[in-house]
Amino acid sequence: MRSAFFRALSALAERDERVQLIVGDLGFGVVESFAARFPDRFLNAGVAEQNMTAIAAGLALSGKIVFTYSIANFPILRCLEQVRNDVCYHKANVKIVAVGGGLSYGSLGMTHHATEDLAILRALPEMVVVAPGDPREVEAATHALAEHNGPCYLRLGRVGEPDIHREGFTFHLGKAIEVRLGEDLTLISTGGLLETAIKAAEMLSLRGLHTRVLSMHTVKPLDSAAVLSAARDTGAVFTLEEHSITGGLGGAVAEVLAESGEARVLFRRFGLPPSFSATVGDQEYLRMKYGLSADSIADSIESAMERSHMLYRKAGN
Amino acid sequence: VPGNTLAGFANKTELRCPGMQMSYTSVEDAELFARRIRTTSLRMIHRAKSSHAGSALSMAELLAVLYGKILRVDPARPDWPERDRFILSKGHACAALYAVLAQRGFFPMEWLETFYQNGGALPGHVTHSGIPGVEVSTGALGHGLGIACGMALAGKRDGRAYRVVALLSDGECDEGSTWEAALFAPHHRLDNLIAIVDYNKIQSLGTVREVLDLEPLAAKWEAFGWTVREIEGHDCKQIESALEILPLVQGKPTCIVAHTIKGKGVSFMENKLLWHYRTPNQEEMAQALAELGEAQ
Repeated sequence: MRSAFFRALSALAERDERVQLIVGDLGFGVVESFAARFPDRFLNAGVAEQNMTAIAAGLALSGKIVFTYSIANFPILRCLEQVRNDVCYHKANVKIVAVGGGLSYGSLGMTHHATEDLAILRALPEMVVVAPGDPREVEAATHALAEHNGPCYLRLGRVGEPDIHREGFTFHLGKAIEVRLGEDLTLISTGGLLETAIKAAEMLSLRGLHTRVLSMHTVKPLDSAAVLSAARDTGAVFTLEEHSITGGLGGAVAEVLAESGEARVLFRRFGLPPSFSATVGDQEYLRMKYGLSADSIADSIESAMERSHMLYRKAGN
Repeated sequence: VPGNTLAGFANKTELRCPGMQMSYTSVEDAELFARRIRTTSLRMIHRAKSSHAGSALSMAELLAVLYGKILRVDPARPDWPERDRFILSKGHACAALYAVLAQRGFFPMEWLETFYQNGGALPGHVTHSGIPGVEVSTGALGHGLGIACGMALAGKRDGRAYRVVALLSDGECDEGSTWEAALFAPHHRLDNLIAIVDYNKIQSLGTVREVLDLEPLAAKWEAFGWTVREIEGHDCKQIESALEILPLVQGKPTCIVAHTIKGKGVSFMENKLLWHYRTPNQEEMAQALAELGEAQ
């Protein structure tokens, strides 16, 4: 996802002189080519995220389209008040890009686990929150965010994720992408777990549960129409995210469902427990540990569906 | 007491300083402007029953000289791209800035009556939203200088001649973010950036010396790479001569450490922590206005 982002950013900078990049002294091996190509639109703010964000706001208020870039929580939590006051309140045209969303930097430990970012950023007025599901979504999202005049947060995975979408697929900010058809249940995924969601859906289909998969790359504004039609069409909605179970995609979908009057919908959230991970392990290892492998998700969904059908029958329907 | 009524503001000709629409011609004009800033701010604070009178009074001369002489701004075109940018980083002292902007004609004097009021235009920490002439909203401390760095950098990159002035409190020099920006500006040779510290020596819970000593303050800015000038912050002549030709040194940002007195101009407010918070009552208002030479 990281290289897809830089590819898109360079293309943007090529045709729009307002595009600027500020990094917080991170991005070894990936920022150099942008810096060499656009030296007067690149800036390393040093290890000073508060200042990086304030500078981004100042540049944006002077007419620039500014991308700030760092890893995991650094460009958002260290400088959250600058994000809220300087960027969001001023509707400054700043795009905050964090590489290493979720447990990408698993083995680096708790400081590098970006597992509450969606919830926190989603709460900020004006902020658009995007967590693309594959490199092609990253590229499309980067272009879309540059066109959106206002604050945005782009949560990237790391490197080496496979392409899920075919070339030339359609991407709109705030519109879920249906990547798999199905009528028995819907699995809504955000961020890098899209590949896992599709694998789980394939397993479920083999067990007779035809699973719709939505890539919900934009967590805010949420595509509530897609959530509601999933609920009406399939009667069962599951969310999947590499993020705390509190307040992220699952929370956003729950809000829509709870207020929709679709009382009969079966709903479960898959995510990380709302606690710090003390386990040492890489992304894949930690995903397994927290039940975020395709196998584990398929099993959990299957038993939830069975339980729900049993209860449904018991109720005399 | 005039400050407690709408009539206190309605007499626009009385509040508007002669010659202030353009620039002043004598030091006496600047001093008169500063006095108007004080009386107007106090009326606003009194009417609103709000705080931070001391913080507004300590920067009256700084604002008078900036908006009377130094800043290239145009009330008719608040978005003029070449305008100088002024950022009030000590956003809690905003009564004085609102008073100045209204007097310079950025918005009607009547708006000042709505300071702090339910449904009013002017909140208790400076906000840009819907208020012509305000570049940036502040209120949380330690934000202004970083944003100013960004604007100054944009000016350099775009080859524009505007200057960016950030007015800081001494209290917000406790914030790490202030020093992040202080480190940044000299490194990037932002000589179109001017930081002014309103060094009134009193912060929220005590004197700067007691709470978190900043001394040697000028030496700190110097060590960070700024050209520093220390001035008496209530001496209009000194302020003007410090800001007249900017930058002080080519290639370096300028820091003015302005030694000021919290609550300056009203004897019972001067150097008193209490006036960071307290609202003047009717008698105190009468005395304050009398001391400032304003007829009741």
